[in-house]
Amino acid sequence: MSRRSLCGSLRFGLLATLLRGFFVMQFSDKRNRLKFWLVLAALLLLPFITDALLGRSWVRIVDFAMLYIMLALGLNIVVGYAGLLDLGYIAFFAVGAYCYALTGSPHLALAFPMMFPAGVHLPFWIVLPMAALVAGGFGVLLGAPTLRLRGDYLAIVTLGFGEIIRIFLNNLDAPVNLTNGPQGISRIDPVSVAGVSLNSTQHIFGIVFPAVHLYFYLFLAFTALVVFVSRRLERSRIGRAWMAIREDEVAASAMGIDTRNLKLLAFAMGAMSGGASGALFAGFQGFVSPESFSLMESVMVLCMVVLGGMGNIAGVIFGAILLALLPEVLRHIVVPAQQALFGRTLVDPESLRMLLFGTALIVMMLYRPAGLLPSRVRRRELGADEPAAETSVYDATH
Amino acid sequence: MEILLQQIINGLVQGSIYALVALGYTMVYGILGLINFAHGEVVMVGAMLVLSSLTAMLGWGVPPVLALPISVMLAITGCMALGYGIERIAYRPLRHAPRLAPLITAIGVSIVLQNLAMMIWGRDYHSFPQLFANTTHSFGGAVINDIQIIIFVMAVAIMAGLMVVVHHTRLGRAMRAIAENQHAAQLMGVDVNRVISITFMLGSAMAAVAGLMVSANYGLAHYYMGFLLGLKAFTAAVLGGIGNLRGAMLGGLLLGLIESLGAGYIGDLSGGFFGSNYQDVFAFLVLIAVLVFRPSGLLGERLAERA
Repeated sequence: MSRRSLCGSLRFGLLATLLRGFFVMQFSDKRNRLKFWLVLAALLLLPFITDALLGRSWVRIVDFAMLYIMLALGLNIVVGYAGLLDLGYIAFFAVGAYCYALTGSPHLALAFPMMFPAGVHLPFWIVLPMAALVAGGFGVLLGAPTLRLRGDYLAIVTLGFGEIIRIFLNNLDAPVNLTNGPQGISRIDPVSVAGVSLNSTQHIFGIVFPAVHLYFYLFLAFTALVVFVSRRLERSRIGRAWMAIREDEVAASAMGIDTRNLKLLAFAMGAMSGGASGALFAGFQGFVSPESFSLMESVMVLCMVVLGGMGNIAGVIFGAILLALLPEVLRHIVVPAQQALFGRTLVDPESLRMLLFGTALIVMMLYRPAGLLPSRVRRRELGADEPAAETSVYDATH
Repeated sequence: MEILLQQIINGLVQGSIYALVALGYTMVYGILGLINFAHGEVVMVGAMLVLSSLTAMLGWGVPPVLALPISVMLAITGCMALGYGIERIAYRPLRHAPRLAPLITAIGVSIVLQNLAMMIWGRDYHSFPQLFANTTHSFGGAVINDIQIIIFVMAVAIMAGLMVVVHHTRLGRAMRAIAENQHAAQLMGVDVNRVISITFMLGSAMAAVAGLMVSANYGLAHYYMGFLLGLKAFTAAVLGGIGNLRGAMLGGLLLGLIESLGAGYIGDLSGGFFGSNYQDVFAFLVLIAVLVFRPSGLLGERLAERA
């Protein structure tokens, strides 16, 4: 493991080393423990370093990158471990976000002035598990009918769900104003930890922590939790069963694996993780509207998982960081470059980004199906290195 | 009563378009066992090609009688090339890969097409030029216009033609043989790759015609139109039994009817809580219901689960 992580550091630079170091934390030899503390220190200092070098707006971008990491890791459970294609993942994120938006803002006062004259203001720590459960419930509702069929149906049903949820969010403002339609819900309560609101600058031990820094630490803690859970799942009986299903469903069920329930579990866990991230997003942003949850976002999160390496935590994190920062990079490069070359902007960065995502999905599947940082099992299975194994596995199932 | 009749007419016209697109899904599925996610985008490209060539030619003073067939042929050729290219680039290299791989490239292709279309044709709605006086005929209190009649008749004719091709020609026999068993078909001397390419091209040609019909029916075309249309046509294919040609036609017509009747009556049924802006939800509910109660579809004999 440590040899591998050294190779990785040479290839992908400092960032990957930091990440990999983070994952070996449970290895107890001395060098790794030192590495763990170094990584932790670097991560804790990250918002301050970013702030000093690039400015406050970049700390916000880093915060969003953390959210994307959580989302990508959640989707990785579904796509990477269990091999199920979820094309509407952002819908669960939306469910979680609207859960918090409704139960932590003055908005419901509009719909039910008699019942809630000041809206509903549940504490974040109650809403968070609730958001996860509601999103998980939607996952079960969608997954139960489709998961006993072949995987393609799940892909198309989730694709449809992602679109349907937006229709509901956009239209449920009449006759009872539940979602406030396309305008979205604003004035969402800030998240507070131990009575400290994260939306205002805090002074702790004489150090000034602006709101974006505080949210960074919150997201860091949750990302660490998701990484921990993913890692434990991966090596558990359940995780191994998921991978068996992914590799050959018929064989897996012949070995006594309850494929349907385990697929449902993977799908629901992914949905729950998405819902929890959604609640965090709503608290951080203070505002939600349907346009944050378009198909493009689902594709982007899928792209993070595919690009980084399906089923590999470090790879997925790498992919998430890469793609979360890409729009910022594009914004700073594409427009000036075109202005210089053609004198006007022919292609806006937004559509170029989507074009790149689509191309990346195709190219990755054709030439490097296991991702940029592949997991060992996945690489063997997707046959990037061993063309001989690939055809024989396929024929056995037909 | 007039409203009911009107909704049925609208539903049948819309349904015949769904059926044409659904045929493209079901043909590819029958032969390759693959859902061609990008098919909806091919419809969109077809509509855009017809529209832009048509407006260009009308601008040059070409008479509509000439301009329409030329632009339709152009769109059909363009879409056939596109369908061929999609299969060649995104599906053929992955024919023996794990099933997740072609699904991911399929969504990739559809994103790429959507964004390319947006770059070429912009974000605006394009309106369909008026070619002839579109007279409306009324009977029994309901109205139907010339365009709707042409759409319905054309769709039925194309579907009949497809049935002839599939059931009474050498090519059709090869297609059915591959659907039955690809390896055995190959052993019998069927050029599998060629037949698969032709299948994609046939499906794309129908998609181009469907694109023309949609834009003529609504008078509009838009780079995003392929997405929901594709989703609905897929639902139609599943409703009829995916892989089954007659099923796709039946499913398309039924889905059109369900949607139009549903949108027409949902307001009354829910006491005004839901309005016709929930029209797009029906296809999805139908899809879920079919998958729960009859995954093999109305006419599908084979079980939907095929290893």
